Amino acid sequence: MKYFPLIWAALWRKKTRTIFTLLSIIIAFLLFGMLQGVNAAFKQGVDNANVNRLVVTSRISLTEALPIAQMQQIESVAGVATVAHATWFGAYYQDPKNFIFAVPVDIDRYLKAVPEIQAAPEAIDALRHTRDGILVGLVAAKKYGWKIGDRVPLHSTIWTRKADGQSDWNFEVVGYYDFNGDKNQTDAALFNFDYFDEARAFRRGTVGWWVVSLKDPNQSAEVAGAIDKLFLNSADETKTQSEKEFAQSFLKQFGDINFIVKAILFAVFFTLLFLTGNTMMQSVRERIPELAVLKTLGYSDLGVLTLVLVESVLLCLLAAALGLGAAELLFPLLKSVVGEVRLPGSVLVAGTVVALILAVATGLPPAWRAKRLNIVDALAGR
Amino acid sequence: MSEAIVSLRNVVKRYQRGKQVVEVLHALNLEIARGEFVALMGPSGSGKTTLLNLIGGLDRATSGEVIVAGERIDQLSSGGLAKWRARHVGFVFQFYNLMPMLTAERNVELPLLLTSLNGAQRKKNVAAALAVVGLADRARHKPAELSGGQAQRVAIARALVADPTLLVCDEPTGDLDRKTADEILHLLQTLNRDHGKTIVMVTHDPKAAEYASRQLHVDKGALVQGEQLAGAAH
Repeated sequence: MKYFPLIWAALWRKKTRTIFTLLSIIIAFLLFGMLQGVNAAFKQGVDNANVNRLVVTSRISLTEALPIAQMQQIESVAGVATVAHATWFGAYYQDPKNFIFAVPVDIDRYLKAVPEIQAAPEAIDALRHTRDGILVGLVAAKKYGWKIGDRVPLHSTIWTRKADGQSDWNFEVVGYYDFNGDKNQTDAALFNFDYFDEARAFRRGTVGWWVVSLKDPNQSAEVAGAIDKLFLNSADETKTQSEKEFAQSFLKQFGDINFIVKAILFAVFFTLLFLTGNTMMQSVRERIPELAVLKTLGYSDLGVLTLVLVESVLLCLLAAALGLGAAELLFPLLKSVVGEVRLPGSVLVAGTVVALILAVATGLPPAWRAKRLNIVDALAGR
Repeated sequence: MSEAIVSLRNVVKRYQRGKQVVEVLHALNLEIARGEFVALMGPSGSGKTTLLNLIGGLDRATSGEVIVAGERIDQLSSGGLAKWRARHVGFVFQFYNLMPMLTAERNVELPLLLTSLNGAQRKKNVAAALAVVGLADRARHKPAELSGGQAQRVAIARALVADPTLLVCDEPTGDLDRKTADEILHLLQTLNRDHGKTIVMVTHDPKAAEYASRQLHVDKGALVQGEQLAGAAH
């Protein structure tokens, strides 16, 4: 600690240069925090997938509907515990930015297949008895201020109503649900499939995908194979995946997010490596007589190397802390993309490790030069 | 003569300059007693700064023995030599060589960071050193806010603060006007007379050399003349 004033003063010897270097590292780490945060949030969704469930979609595409008649056939497959279904509704509330994952379901079947959903029995009962009822997730209810008894209009980007050809659907809020405290899962809503199926203008008698819970998760591959075999060569061939695989393939519709994030960050840090490295080299080059004086006063070669290296570490860690701190503050702005999540702690740890690697990579060459400095030559300006 | 603090025996120093080997000091012998104030004089390129660098442990002799403060410093490792310098030598340079971004007191504190003194003790010693050179009221000023004479006083305080055995001064007044130079030389003389500091000073200036108790002339890598000044000037 006693060397801190010396290191700190050396760091700010050229204020403008240090500020610009600091800003470039801060922006790099802000980008790191935001992009890795998005990546981690998506990955978290995949990791949280239940191993005891399969998702059955059309072999052609997720957007292709499947006939509801498949349900009984899937139920007959050995190893299947329950079968539920859901359909992509593509809903938003008032503004396209207010996307909500609202899906029509057979509530009793769905609750059996997805037991993580927790709702008051009277809310579930109310949904059963209210044809246009809707059970809203806690996050969605809080976000839009919905209360039980409210009439809520949702606009569907896909489905029009048979009666009037309109895409606006009205629902009555009958209760709320939680999903084991996972906020990502409750910016959503569930409503009655029967009401939806009768009211929609087209594709009646079809569903979007099947949710199959298993008697034994170890039989996952066998059951998936058996389901797909059942509909092989039919008009509605299926593709059965574990919930995790389904989540991954769903994300890949937007592109390989992990690869894109890593490619951007690699480019940013590769540039930063040269920028910061050059700044540190220049800074040490300018201070050669001063470093020689330190050696004259009795500072060892290793001591001078350490001072320069710590200076680099201080610069990078300070900038990383500010950049990641800014990312933490700004991350809630991405709520509409990644849901209700905080910047994961793993991203902060990874950021710190990257900052240390950057500091050593950029600080070591000038520090080594400072270590090898010959006092007499340096003082003579040679 | 009292106990020798500096003793050089058959010291040779050669430099490689391109393909040429240049011998800067030729089998030089020198003894400096504790408490002496020695001025090393001579024309440019005579080897006086090289001699000073060997005495101060900044450079190594090609051959011969260099014994300073009772230690064969020509045999010390690089790390050992650094530790030895911190313990035994205070340096004063022509251009002060202060850290521009540090205040006077932080500059003076630099040698003490290598000791085991705590913050309060370091602060006390720094204040005492600045008081000795008459700059107690400039402790918080940075070098750019000081005059040349004041900056050199700070450099002298930095050289003194760890109470070294020997002060090594390379043209300490070379960058100063006559009046300020006299003040600095007077300060060095006081440190020698009143505080018993052994001082070895390189200078071109015969007037500056008059402040020393002994003048040594170096020419073409050898000592050519020694003059004991009984009273020393001023």
